[in-house]
Amino acid sequence: MIYFKYVRMVIKSFMQYRASFWLTMIGQFFVSFFAFLGIYLMFARFDNIAGWSFGEVALCFGVVQTAFAVTECFARGFDIFRDFIKQGTFDRIMLRPRSTILQVLGSNFELSRIGRLAQSFVTLGLAASWMDADWNAMKAVTLIFMIVSGVFIFTGIFILGATVCFFTVEGLEFINIFTDGGREIASYPLTIYAKWIMRFFTFIIPFGCFNYLPLMYLTGRAEGRELLYMLTPLAGILFIAPCLGVWRLGVRRYLSTGN
Amino acid sequence: MITLKNINKTFKVAQRGKGAGAAFKALFKRDYKYIRALNDVSFHIGEGEIVGYIGPNGAGKSTTIKVMSGILSPDSGQCDIMDFTPWKNRREYVKNIGVVFGQRTQLWWDVPIADSFDLLRDIYKIPAAEYARTLDMLTETMGLSEFLNTPLRQVSLGQRMRAEIAASLLHSPKILFLDEPTIGLDAVSKLAVRQFIKAVNAERKLTVILTTHDQNDIEALTDRVILIGRGKILHDGSMQNIKHKFDTYRTLTITFSPREAPAALPGAELVSWSGERAVYRLDTSKITVSSAIGELSKTLNILDMTVETPPIEEIIAGLYAEHGI
Repeated sequence: MIYFKYVRMVIKSFMQYRASFWLTMIGQFFVSFFAFLGIYLMFARFDNIAGWSFGEVALCFGVVQTAFAVTECFARGFDIFRDFIKQGTFDRIMLRPRSTILQVLGSNFELSRIGRLAQSFVTLGLAASWMDADWNAMKAVTLIFMIVSGVFIFTGIFILGATVCFFTVEGLEFINIFTDGGREIASYPLTIYAKWIMRFFTFIIPFGCFNYLPLMYLTGRAEGRELLYMLTPLAGILFIAPCLGVWRLGVRRYLSTGN
Repeated sequence: MITLKNINKTFKVAQRGKGAGAAFKALFKRDYKYIRALNDVSFHIGEGEIVGYIGPNGAGKSTTIKVMSGILSPDSGQCDIMDFTPWKNRREYVKNIGVVFGQRTQLWWDVPIADSFDLLRDIYKIPAAEYARTLDMLTETMGLSEFLNTPLRQVSLGQRMRAEIAASLLHSPKILFLDEPTIGLDAVSKLAVRQFIKAVNAERKLTVILTTHDQNDIEALTDRVILIGRGKILHDGSMQNIKHKFDTYRTLTITFSPREAPAALPGAELVSWSGERAVYRLDTSKITVSSAIGELSKTLNILDMTVETPPIEEIIAGLYAEHGI
């Protein structure tokens, strides 16, 4: 598939700067390691947060970190899309007989995020053993659904952020509220927040669909709605559809305004 | 092959005054200026033609190229290229064109050029046998073999431009758009690029549209030029015609002895004089070059001389004056 050929190209380029690669990778490992340490220290003082145990919060955190790290690996092109517009790289993309989404995805593959990914997997593994859930095949599948769903949702947000660049190249930092900010918020079960925050991050940007709701199922809080909660991550995946639609609008806008 | 009819395009550009106060004001209220980038642009280009698209910076050259290559849609007008409307059906259309922006690269910076070519093969889904054949041909005619396996960032600008043009031809397009292909190149590379463009044009009946500021590019490649200024087509036809129309003077530079003030010439203006060198501007309607030289050699011992035709910039300036823009 053409995407992997693009990625191979990025990796080849990457290998030209090996020292930088290793340093970023190690750095990324510690970034998420310290975030995790923060949670650990908090639980060293408090036994639980709004009824959630350390293991459960750690799992939630691990899922979000994993999904975010995978997204940053694959969809980094959308994260730095502003430069594409500024430098005219998007013109080049428009001149190729391939989908714009695919080309932007393929333009960048953030290999150094593997450091973060490694750390996230460690967290996930530990958290899964700390919390007292009776793990079975269904729950394992749900866990995979959660990560996949998270990747789609974060990718959607990255695409939305990139789409804004078609309309203005100024002041785009606000999108970080939803990427970095969203990652922080979604690291905890949403019940610990105010109702409106919970609603916003369930129905508008469906973070709840890939961590909080299925977490209810994993921890035996589903109360008879097991199947529903188990499948909510799949609903979260649908978030990508409107994002792609908005992207298409952005491309049309670019067609008529140029850069 | 290419037909543009009454293409119009207006850009909205944010305006901001100077200084911190104006910058602050711009946070809340923006003033916009409308710039008419293309004003009723129409022309037709046939298969296998080479056309020079010229005009000063900001005249609308790049905008036209963008419209024709499908990355910009006009406000109104029709553009029919090989039965496509470029900005609709983008993915089908762009298979048929090659585009080179002289100031930007389409290749991957850190990998060998050959790797970039291979990825383009996959992007355009070029069959292996055809790809091998095209690549061989391009490598030979453009002399790419010595740097094909070098990362792009390590080759010279001239080599890079040759690689860029080769890259835009890998998928055997029918039309090639070149936006300032010789910008920044040394004389040898310029010659190589021109020769190559001519060769592919002849061999494959490739239609070529190039923008340039170098009149030698035009002279070497084509006689048909389309001249654009402030979004309007000012002239479409032979370069000779334009030249002829505005070719009203010659610049005559002579080196002479002895060291004394050269005589005045009727019908010519002495532009500068220093020691043994004098520059005249001859009004060709009043005095011919040969009679001027004859006249001068009566009193001076001419050691050396050059006669220059007006540069293209002045011809264009003349056209502007004529069109009142």
